[in-house]
Amino acid sequence: MSEYELDARRLLCPMPVIKTQNKVKELAVGDILSVICTDPGVLSDIPAWARINGHELVGSYENDTEITITIRVGS
Amino acid sequence: MAKQHKAVALISGGLDSMLAVRVLQEQGIEVEGINFYTGFCVEGHTHAIRNHDKDKQKRNNALWAAEQLGIKLHIVDVIEEYKDVLLNPKHGYGANMNPCLDCKIFMVNKAVEWVKDNHKDGFDFIITGEVIGQRPMSQRKQTMPIVAKESGADDILLRPLCAKNLPETRPELEGWVDRDKLYDFSGRNRKPQMALAEQFGFTDYASPAGGCCFLTDKNYSDKLVDLWKGRGSREYEMDDIMLLKVGRHLRPKPEFKLIIARDAGESKFLEGYRKQFVTIQVVSHNGPLTIVDGDICSDDFELAAGIVARYGQGRDAEQVEVQISESGKELQTIMIKPLPSEKVLEEWHV
Repeated sequence: MSEYELDARRLLCPMPVIKTQNKVKELAVGDILSVICTDPGVLSDIPAWARINGHELVGSYENDTEITITIRVGS
Repeated sequence: MAKQHKAVALISGGLDSMLAVRVLQEQGIEVEGINFYTGFCVEGHTHAIRNHDKDKQKRNNALWAAEQLGIKLHIVDVIEEYKDVLLNPKHGYGANMNPCLDCKIFMVNKAVEWVKDNHKDGFDFIITGEVIGQRPMSQRKQTMPIVAKESGADDILLRPLCAKNLPETRPELEGWVDRDKLYDFSGRNRKPQMALAEQFGFTDYASPAGGCCFLTDKNYSDKLVDLWKGRGSREYEMDDIMLLKVGRHLRPKPEFKLIIARDAGESKFLEGYRKQFVTIQVVSHNGPLTIVDGDICSDDFELAAGIVARYGQGRDAEQVEVQISESGKELQTIMIKPLPSEKVLEEWHV
């Protein structure tokens, strides 16, 4: 299992979702991916994308300027 | 054991594509969704940039629809490839800058390519939520075969909601789907879709009449044409088309345009562009962040600052302090009297 980080700052949805989707294709089952974003829309979109595509939402963290969403890659 | 047939569905997030998917699921077909992002797609989040829309539910309708349907959704970035569709539509534009027929052909063609690229997953055909007569340009009896032919999908393109009004497709001829259980919807009347939605238990869905593309919007299209005219070129980048969705646009000189935030939400959004553009902001009073798109010379700073000041809380002050910022250059501060409303000319508004 490896951990990765993806920069999706300044992108508006659905671009952070698309970048997440494309990155996940390169990863192995069980890998952890943290996506750093600025569009609050990711708070609903990345978890929704993860749910329907079989990945697990590990957590999300938000400060004044950025949102980090962490997922575990499913099968 | 009989083969499990699979379809990929073009998902816009609207009701028709949801119904089309569920009709096939009811027949035991396994469906996955595909959604193409052109950059012009209307997203709830884009609207939510503005303060007054903050209470609107933020969701991507395509993802939401996929979740309701229990299907996977593949979102594909087609921003670059879509430029040729917008700039050179073989079948022309609709009422605005919307190349709807070329767009549909393009998307079905991309779905055909996607099916080929993912052949190991065994997709047999493509479905859409199209209904004959639903849209004046792309969904007409005459255009349905054009989409099938020019996209290269031919007989593997099935429209479950109006299939009975069209020649049989391969999924029907091969018996993968039962034509008798497909529909014969036509026209702009939405009642049949509403009734089917009720039958399927869909109580919440995105605006049934569609409207998923900014290019069908006159104001947006006018801004796009102005952008091209201002630059003397029809090229555009992602940032350009995003910025057309945000702010009040005024072009006081052919060489530059002001994009003035309409509220704090838009000011925050425009903050992200400070490094790319000259920005103007009143600092002695509350006022919107403004970015300057185009080439502004220092002789025009007073004009631009006067216009920007007009849209801040200091609009009635004798003088306001305005900062003009350009990446890599020293910050400039000028004192200016805000332009009175009659001097902000109507023809400047894009």
